[in-house]
Amino acid sequence: MIVAVVAGVAFGAAALPPGSVAAELANLIPGVHLHSGLDERQIAIVTQLRLPRVVLALLVGAMLGLAGGAYQGVFRNPLADPHLLGVAAGAGLGVSALVAFGRGPASLSGLPPGAPVAAFVGALVAVTMTYLLGGLGGRDRSPATLILAGVAVSAFLAAGQTYVMQRNVDDLREIYSWLLGRLATAGWHDTLLLLPYATVSATAILLLRRELDVLSVGDEEAAGLGLHPQRSRYILLGAASLGTAAAVSVSGLIGFVGLVVPHTVRLLAGYSYRVILPLSMLYGGAFLVLADLAGRVLASPAEIPIGVVTAFCGAPFFAVVLRTTSRMSS
Amino acid sequence: MSALSVDALHIALGGAEVLAGVSLDVDAGEWVTVIGPNGAGKSTLLRAVGGRLAHRGSISLFGTSSAALSRRALARMVASVAQSPVVPPGMVVSDYVLLGRTPHISTLGRESAHDQAVVSSVLERLELTPFAGRTLSTLSGGERQRAFLARALAQEAPLLLLDEPTSALDIGHQQDVLELVDELRRDRRLTVLATMHDLSVAGEYADRLVLMAAGQVVAAGAPREVLTEELLGSLYGARVRVVDGEHGPIVVPVRR
Repeated sequence: MIVAVVAGVAFGAAALPPGSVAAELANLIPGVHLHSGLDERQIAIVTQLRLPRVVLALLVGAMLGLAGGAYQGVFRNPLADPHLLGVAAGAGLGVSALVAFGRGPASLSGLPPGAPVAAFVGALVAVTMTYLLGGLGGRDRSPATLILAGVAVSAFLAAGQTYVMQRNVDDLREIYSWLLGRLATAGWHDTLLLLPYATVSATAILLLRRELDVLSVGDEEAAGLGLHPQRSRYILLGAASLGTAAAVSVSGLIGFVGLVVPHTVRLLAGYSYRVILPLSMLYGGAFLVLADLAGRVLASPAEIPIGVVTAFCGAPFFAVVLRTTSRMSS
Repeated sequence: MSALSVDALHIALGGAEVLAGVSLDVDAGEWVTVIGPNGAGKSTLLRAVGGRLAHRGSISLFGTSSAALSRRALARMVASVAQSPVVPPGMVVSDYVLLGRTPHISTLGRESAHDQAVVSSVLERLELTPFAGRTLSTLSGGERQRAFLARALAQEAPLLLLDEPTSALDIGHQQDVLELVDELRRDRRLTVLATMHDLSVAGEYADRLVLMAAGQVVAAGAPREVLTEELLGSLYGARVRVVDGEHGPIVVPVRR
């Protein structure tokens, strides 16, 4: 992860020597003074432009990886991911609606500054809808019912999104660039916006990671072991959705991280969620930093949207993971 | 002291009455096996005692009403092995057995050295130590049944509920598992409430049998009193011969 951070800060449209960058980063730690050999302008690039972006990528990646692992545990379904409960569709619609109906002053990225809030609200509304709809199928809301409800809510919101976009063709480009995922940001604003939600969400999930292992024996037996399976599930779902919504609101829809990262970790480190969750945070963060790096460097000076990069790496990689898993189990 | 006392238990599942006024007492250290035809309510009775079903009537464990116990407290008193437990994909045996320690670990805490020690001693006792690192799904039926049992024993609960513990096993492994349960019962002074389909086996291992049909207790007592040709003939609709055996009556089905 540290290697990924240094590489992420060092390389970009203006390449800097990695050794000097490492020294400069170490200087940020109080009490450390190293001579990095970078000039003022380069130091500014490191601390004002690249570092915030890398930290944001780290945070978003860690959050998505962790939330993905949590969803997979809660639904006892290895294909569950952070966008399953309509979080993505809700956030998408929230931003689209804001851009279409409530023109605020345009910000740097072309989206109004209220976009994160709109995405966040949209995502939480979607999760709530999924929860209420899931309740129609009976009070106990089994994982299967919730997944089906999520699919229905996603489809409904996606239809709303299409309608909004079709009515406002002019704004299409801006919404589109957000939907593809973006980490283009200057300064620490987005990071600070995400940090409190990510902290709450990650703390809750990590504290309850033992219970995910217990849930894997099924609700009835988990209850026999003294758990309240439904309660644990709601807390975990709430926490994971909060974290996802916050991550989506600052970075758009970055797919595959929440799906691929926990899978890879499982392959490397076994099936216990006590291990999967913390490692998914680390690997998720590192993965997104590297993906962001690839997006910046490959088509330099232009940028490939990060959502495209993760999907490009993620989809084939996922095929490999599936193949390996099936070979191991046979 | 009675380990379990069930009084006038009524349970309805999906609108149908599955248990219609069941009363039952099990003394501490006793092995009681519930027998009866399919659909008699045997498994439902065990699930209710495990605290997982809404019911009318009372269930008390070691003198305390189960309604007054929290789930965690209940899980420290009753450990159960379900009829066909879920096998979590990819989970290794030692992690699975460690799950049995859940009621002893606080919600936000982690397992202590004592919890680990309990797990290793249970694994040792059930001769599962060589399998500790193996994935549960790669074990044979007999090994897996021992792993299920190990998880329940790791709970260190004084009352053990076994729902058809041997239905998936061949006769050799059936005897292994039941002998093991009997030894553990003596070593650890456990109380065992089980359900079983094989009547001869049920009679050989249990102190007392409870015969259920249509949600009610029809007969209860020593195996010799319950396993009679008339009772079994009328309740199971089967023609059987009951022969006296070394450890209890042997029930042999005969063609009509």
